[in-house]
Amino acid sequence: MSDFDEKEINELKLKAIKARKHIIEMLYQAKSGHPGGSLSAVDAIISLYFAHMNHNPKKPFWPDRDRFILSKGHAAPALYSVLAESGYFDVRELKKLRQINCMLQGHPVCKHIPGVEASTGSLGHGLSFGVGVALAGKLDKKDYRVYVMLGDGETNEGQVWEAAAVASHYKLDNLIAMIDRNYLQIDGKTEDVLRLEPVKDRWKAFGWKVFEIDGHNFSEILKTLNDATNIQNRPALIILNTIKGKGISFMENNVDFHGVPPNEMERNLAIEELTLAEKKLEEAI
Amino acid sequence: MSQKVMVNPRNSYGEALVELGKKNKNIVVLDADLSKSTKTIMFAKKYPERFFEMGIAEANMISTAAGLASCGKLPFVSTFAVFATGRVYDQIRMDIAYSNANVKIFATHGGISVGKDGASHQMIEDIALMRVMPNMTVLAPSDATQTGKIVHLMAEKFGPMYARIGRANAPLIYSKKDLEDLKIGKGIVVEDGSDITIVSTGTMVEPALDARKELLKEGIKARVIDMHTIKPLDVALIKKSCKDTNAIITAEEHSIVGGLGAAVAEILADNNINTKFIRMGVKDIFCESGEPSDLLEKYKLNTKYMVKNAKKLLS
Repeated sequence: MSDFDEKEINELKLKAIKARKHIIEMLYQAKSGHPGGSLSAVDAIISLYFAHMNHNPKKPFWPDRDRFILSKGHAAPALYSVLAESGYFDVRELKKLRQINCMLQGHPVCKHIPGVEASTGSLGHGLSFGVGVALAGKLDKKDYRVYVMLGDGETNEGQVWEAAAVASHYKLDNLIAMIDRNYLQIDGKTEDVLRLEPVKDRWKAFGWKVFEIDGHNFSEILKTLNDATNIQNRPALIILNTIKGKGISFMENNVDFHGVPPNEMERNLAIEELTLAEKKLEEAI
Repeated sequence: MSQKVMVNPRNSYGEALVELGKKNKNIVVLDADLSKSTKTIMFAKKYPERFFEMGIAEANMISTAAGLASCGKLPFVSTFAVFATGRVYDQIRMDIAYSNANVKIFATHGGISVGKDGASHQMIEDIALMRVMPNMTVLAPSDATQTGKIVHLMAEKFGPMYARIGRANAPLIYSKKDLEDLKIGKGIVVEDGSDITIVSTGTMVEPALDARKELLKEGIKARVIDMHTIKPLDVALIKKSCKDTNAIITAEEHSIVGGLGAAVAEILADNNINTKFIRMGVKDIFCESGEPSDLLEKYKLNTKYMVKNAKKLLS
């Protein structure tokens, strides 16, 4: 089924394991932060930065770059690890996450951290910010695309729907939203906290082209990103069906790891699991 | 007494936007279904491709403006003061102030002289809300001429800014020439005096000038300051006025909590300045519907009460 080179996909898989290791280490060192949503979101972010977006880590303010906005700012460790591995800043910064006098803030801050496009952390803003970037792109007749990742719980926020309406009204086909659909938010299951379904129909009703895929399958992600990029006259949404805590057995689908970092034992176990997965993958390649 | 020339500052805003739009292709304007009232419609007619009607969705409008600014655009965002600040506090905080985005929020219909729409629309907390925001400049021009000039200054200087004007026509205080040297952060001594200083802002500058005339009849010489910039406040001018005159009155169409009066009180306290002092403003209450002049009388925010307070302080 894959339109993509197997080698390329395997490389992304390896990068994703590496990023997950960073995430675990960062959160363990920081003794705070959000593992669950970082681990569910990271595969799509890896795909964007290493195989899809037009960007240059040496020129973070290059006007023609594609932009990625992490609206679910609490997944900052996922973004930071990918930015560091891409070359936006030194990988050694990662372990200083959330420490005083250090660059990496608990939630993303633009201008302060190379590669971060928007300051997020208060939920519901990112898609609106993306609308602004997309409008500017249209005005300047530029070809860049804007990718915004939202949490599924985040779409509880009313502002998301304001942005959804405006993006559709202005036919922003240079805007691609992604929902990290892991079905969990802090207080429990998304459908128990505040029902989101029918997610697809809601966005369709707002005038969006909607795709729904496995958010951990790289060939599906890359293919859908390409398809979404080619949609004309309306914005596109990719629902990424994901698993909160993906990649670490005891964190998967475990809401307790939404905002609680791993302790030493958990960190050791997690790194062990990831190293094992890495070895297996390397052998298979 | 000569007839006052009444001009609506909102029209000056619209005209200034059109002038700026011609000079600077990066100027974009956003409005939330109030362009006829805020006068951004003047820009919309002239530069439709750079005007974005955002509908009645202010939160999205603010964050969208930040996105535009991140691409080098210079957005002016307009709606009524009540919707431009309180309704979107978090969006301004994250996307404009914390992000140090070059977005200019220009609000109309500030203060109680909005009149008959009532307290829901009478914004008396906006200056306070914007003043506590790090990185934010807070402005309140006093007449149509100053409004036009301030809009141009806002465009020239990088950074998050909030400006508010009222709804009503306002007497002209300045000619264009008077304001050639106007600077953000530098208060204007409109009329000098040695007995008392009235530090006024926005719609309260004109009543303060009238109060000065009344006081002169009784031999009291009042200095009237037009403090068009509430943040960063012209601390040097406040300190100097405490030395030069014997008492300070602040006057604003805003709550006495958190606005110009509070900012001046902070300076007095921080600098151990012991002077007679009254804050004129809305006394930590919501007002009501009514004619603007009746409201200003009932809530003691007009020339008559400035004169009364000045005499009380100096007695």
